[in-house]
Amino acid sequence: MAIPKVCGIETEYGVFVRGPVSDAVANPVAASSMLINAYLAANSRKVGWDFEDEHPGVDARGFSVDDLLAPEIETHLVNAVLTNGARYYVDHAHPEISTPECRTAREALVFDRAAEEIVRASMIAAVSQLPAGAEILCHKNNSDGKGNSYGCHENYLMAREVPFGRIVSQITPHFVTRQIVIGAGKVGCEVAGVTANEVPFQISQRADFFEEEVGLETTLKRPIVNTRDEPHCDPDKYRRLHVIVGDANMSETATLLKVGATAIVLAMIEDDVLGDDFAVANPVAAIRQVSHDPSLRRTILLRDGRRITALELQWGLLESARKYEQVHGLDAVDAEVGRDVLVRWEAVLTGLEHDPDTVSHQVDWVAKRRLVDAYAERHELRPGDSRLKALDLQYHDLRRDRCLALRVGLEKLTDDDEAKAAMTNPPTTTRAYFRGRCLDKWPGQIVAANWDSVVFDLGRDPLRRVPMMEPLRGTAESVARLIDESDTPAQLLARLGQ
Amino acid sequence: MAERTQKQKPAANRTDEAVTDAPAVPATGDKLKAELDDLLDEIDGVLETNAEDFVKSYVQKGGQ
Repeated sequence: MAIPKVCGIETEYGVFVRGPVSDAVANPVAASSMLINAYLAANSRKVGWDFEDEHPGVDARGFSVDDLLAPEIETHLVNAVLTNGARYYVDHAHPEISTPECRTAREALVFDRAAEEIVRASMIAAVSQLPAGAEILCHKNNSDGKGNSYGCHENYLMAREVPFGRIVSQITPHFVTRQIVIGAGKVGCEVAGVTANEVPFQISQRADFFEEEVGLETTLKRPIVNTRDEPHCDPDKYRRLHVIVGDANMSETATLLKVGATAIVLAMIEDDVLGDDFAVANPVAAIRQVSHDPSLRRTILLRDGRRITALELQWGLLESARKYEQVHGLDAVDAEVGRDVLVRWEAVLTGLEHDPDTVSHQVDWVAKRRLVDAYAERHELRPGDSRLKALDLQYHDLRRDRCLALRVGLEKLTDDDEAKAAMTNPPTTTRAYFRGRCLDKWPGQIVAANWDSVVFDLGRDPLRRVPMMEPLRGTAESVARLIDESDTPAQLLARLGQ
Repeated sequence: MAERTQKQKPAANRTDEAVTDAPAVPATGDKLKAELDDLLDEIDGVLETNAEDFVKSYVQKGGQ
């Protein structure tokens, strides 16, 4: 039986400083720091992230490369925990927010929206620290159009006992083709030697940047399946599948389907019902080919010699998911959310098959392409015109008065009050509840926190670390009363039996 | 091969289901066109005034 697909989304935002500022301020690391610090100063007391248990160099294939290719942890940069359980920090010269651990794709969507609102609030808060006429702009995109990419990663809880090789081979077909549902769209191409005339518009922001099928890297030679093995929970029971192959979405339906459909496919892999029917012969070539073909007509070669379109492969996965629902149920992804995901997944595939414009309210790349094509027609612009690239960038611009995604009629699945509450309140369904509530109630007595622990300073040595190795312990159901009834962290720890 | 053929429902069948199941009803035909025209009118006022400079100066450091 598949384990609950606890999940989350990490987004690196594009950051751009404009106006009369010194080079020191225009530097993206400094600007990202200023942005985050301005938000923290306006909204909360600052509690730092704790790196005790971070091992990004551990590889799921069973070896460690801490001394070789381990991604750098920039411990000197701004790195904070928010009362909603999220982490807000500077990573690789970008502001990044990792949502708290969520129990469902629907929750991940709400906290992804909340993260957008936090970045919007940060842009506003930063204005007061900048010279008149200067501003920091943030874009929820994944590329600058000049060959530089930054990520939107997803994370899913998997049972440790599932062979990693099975995960790699069986999730790859979904990762190669899911972009037709959730791609954010891109004007032009960033593969060397490919011109705007050859690829004027493509489905995914990220596909151009994937060069390997499987590997540990996230910033160079990016792999379709990332092997980082850093579970942030009991490593004997769990792994965290770190997914780096997605686009950041403006469409809420896309975000829901990105996490929701992937969680269902992973549950099927965990229960070993998916098989290798859809194994793709050349995943790296295929992921680009699919992205470069908005007509959705070209076929990809499967390992068994068949050729099918990305749409046919997605239909195949959906049919498998329907059967899985009948036999195993969808409790692993929450039955109600899972059923909703299946209905929306089918509606999008149906629309893409008959007339993609009918899903322009759900699919980012369709919404963007429609806009770009109509604008080009009205102004008689040719492929490669910078005004078309400007439209692309501005689709993702988080300023409300400039954001084009807010103007193209995208369907909303969350309401504003819900997203606003999620900026400060944690999900009730995971250990993020404990982290967020403690931080809100006793900010002065928490010296650090991370995914799997909270460190309290009770005013006497030593510091007290509360481990949280189970992602589904520390929920509102189990600890809300304890926290409510404790006046001090010392009382709380006593009641927890520490 | 036979497996895949079975998994795929006829296109017409899928359409029928989608009509009843689709969570939102998209606009169609003339309505879509009119909305798009309105949107383009609005975008002319929202778009960065010097698109070429903006695009040229928009350079990001690579990330993850």
